[in-house]
Amino acid sequence: MPHLHLGVFFTGVGPQLLWTEPDFAAHTHIDTFIATVKTLERGLFDAFFLGEGLRVRENRGRVYDLDVAGRPDAITQLAALAAETERIGLVATQNTTYNFPADLARRLASLDLISGGRAGWNIVTTDNAWTGENFRNGGWLAHERRYERAGQFVEAAKALWAGGTVERHTDLVDFTATSTVPGTRPVLFQAGDSDGGRDLAARHADVVFSANTDYDKAVAYAADLRKRLASYGRSADSLRILPGASVVLGDTPAEAAEKARWIEREQTTGPRALAFLEQYWGKDLSGYDPDGPLPDIEPSDGELDPSRGTIPIEFRTGKLERIAGWRRLGLSIRETVVKVNPRHSSFVGTPGQIADEWARYVTTRAVDGFNILPQRLPGTVEDIVDKLVPELQERGVYRTAYEGTTLREHLELP
Amino acid sequence: MFLAVEIDGAGAKPEAAARAAEAAGFALVTLADSPLPPPGGGSRVEAGVRAAFLARRTSRIGLAPTLHVTVTEPFHLATQLASLDHASLGRAGWVIGADNSAAALATIGGRPLTADGLRREVADVVDVARKLWDSWEDDAVIRDTGTGRFLDADRVHHVNYSGARFSITGPLITPRPPQGQVVVLGADTLGITGRLDVALVAAPALDEIADRAHQARTDGAPLVFAELDLSLGEDRPAGAEQPAGTDRSGGLDAVTSWGAPERLRYAGGEDGLRGLLDRLGGIVDGVRVHPTELDVDLPRLIAVTGPAPAGGPTLRETLGLARPVNQFATAR
Repeated sequence: MPHLHLGVFFTGVGPQLLWTEPDFAAHTHIDTFIATVKTLERGLFDAFFLGEGLRVRENRGRVYDLDVAGRPDAITQLAALAAETERIGLVATQNTTYNFPADLARRLASLDLISGGRAGWNIVTTDNAWTGENFRNGGWLAHERRYERAGQFVEAAKALWAGGTVERHTDLVDFTATSTVPGTRPVLFQAGDSDGGRDLAARHADVVFSANTDYDKAVAYAADLRKRLASYGRSADSLRILPGASVVLGDTPAEAAEKARWIEREQTTGPRALAFLEQYWGKDLSGYDPDGPLPDIEPSDGELDPSRGTIPIEFRTGKLERIAGWRRLGLSIRETVVKVNPRHSSFVGTPGQIADEWARYVTTRAVDGFNILPQRLPGTVEDIVDKLVPELQERGVYRTAYEGTTLREHLELP
Repeated sequence: MFLAVEIDGAGAKPEAAARAAEAAGFALVTLADSPLPPPGGGSRVEAGVRAAFLARRTSRIGLAPTLHVTVTEPFHLATQLASLDHASLGRAGWVIGADNSAAALATIGGRPLTADGLRREVADVVDVARKLWDSWEDDAVIRDTGTGRFLDADRVHHVNYSGARFSITGPLITPRPPQGQVVVLGADTLGITGRLDVALVAAPALDEIADRAHQARTDGAPLVFAELDLSLGEDRPAGAEQPAGTDRSGGLDAVTSWGAPERLRYAGGEDGLRGLLDRLGGIVDGVRVHPTELDVDLPRLIAVTGPAPAGGPTLRETLGLARPVNQFATAR
């Protein structure tokens, strides 16, 4: 029977993580990271992931102050965590726009060597000029060429990992370097859900994240990816699908549902709802009551400010039509934001309920596992390891011991 | 006198050397690096990765990787070092690397800089790293449940830095390092001595070291370390033959010069080394030792220097350097 593969995605920023909890573990302290990975290793997780965001989020030109913020350099942090763990995979999200290919390939290979084959690279293409303001050549890459650069970058990195001298001289990738850490094979993860992202995944990735936790969508997504794999001559079993998922556990279904409602409400506080609308209005809305109606003033003419780094591309245009639609809802500011920017937890229930559901997902190959986004630290991670993992093991869909030592072995990848 | 040892020769697993140096009370280990493979072949794990791993296998000793300003992004460099400081709870240092060879620059598709251009680039990267390390004030995280604010946005700053070849808006993605500022070590020949915490002086003879140490202090370096190549033991070959008339060691006949950069070199027995270290103690604050063979020379060196009290807990405290006031906090 196929086994579920589990990871935890430690994003480090955003409204997901509830910092108002009295037992909130300081999410930037090394001790919190160590405690988290050790708990996950006890729970036989495949991997621990760090996100990437190379500019602190802002709202109307000021640092955005309502969410957790602050994160380490991923590869540095994972190298430290490699010294504290034996088995768990260590995955760094790193972009292909604001890194030098040979430099990044070298640091990833170094992590792989020093961790005994436990490194992974979650490939992202973050190409916006706003993030680029922190780099030598900000905004150099045209958005529509980001996956072309990523493809050449990844291909060059693979060549360097194999060893020897690698030379590339195109308008997107230009260097000559000799491998300093030959013979490594970091596991490649890819998250983009666009056509270009799926294609990059089918060509190069060992694992994809997706946003598709809904069963029917997950099935359709898996079918699409397996078709693309075949077109690159890869077997259907050469890629793992691990959607990002948030999980809320309760002792009873009613308790879990109540907890999920509470979390959703906490994630959209009044100040956050106002800040969300400020991105669209382009104006200071702090004087408005979050529980009152939408602002009576008109939004500015300009398009959306990308500086939160969170607005999907399809939301960056047509804001006036969108706002007109929101007004027709007739809801309060906070209710409007909860409705148009929902933060539903993906799986809510008792450990037994969720284990049953996940067993169905994995035995029908809709997914190969999940990448869990914690809402509470350390609570979410401890609950999943102590309550959900035993239920999964009981159903025969989760390992009872690590069999291999490398991330590639954990994921049963070729 | 502070002791540092370069442990690049330890390959991918430098843990034993770092722990031995820590047990002997050394102030720090340094980890040399290059974007090019070792001349003799084999692997060279990136120094920041090695240092981060060591951060969790040691508890008192300073850890200073070499990061080259020429072949990386300054923002990544500052983030890496801040993260190393967090992971080690305040033991990070940075040995400024400025590899300007054609082969190194080719790894990023670049060309070597002019001498002036290189000096300016080093200064810019150091300046922006220091600004970025200060871009979060120590008390930026407020977790104020009353107002729903996690951060005090007035205490997280754009740095708006414009250098000759790059500009950076900031702030850093990482909160201020535990030491406030990572300890910055660099050669006195980089032309930025006033920006250093520790100036590293490589010269073949004691009188030249003394002159340059004096100059480095005049230029504003709080501490000066001499660089010393070491082959310790009567059984060790003297290495490169000493050219005639180059004995500038003031009578220590075992002190000879060898290839560039011309560091002070000692090849000989323990007593001679004791004498040399005593004399160095009169002119510099510390010595960074470059063992010819780490596995042989480090244990012998430790036998000579004997156990010293553990420093720490931070590298700044070990070195007697104050935790710097945040430049943005003072500007407010």
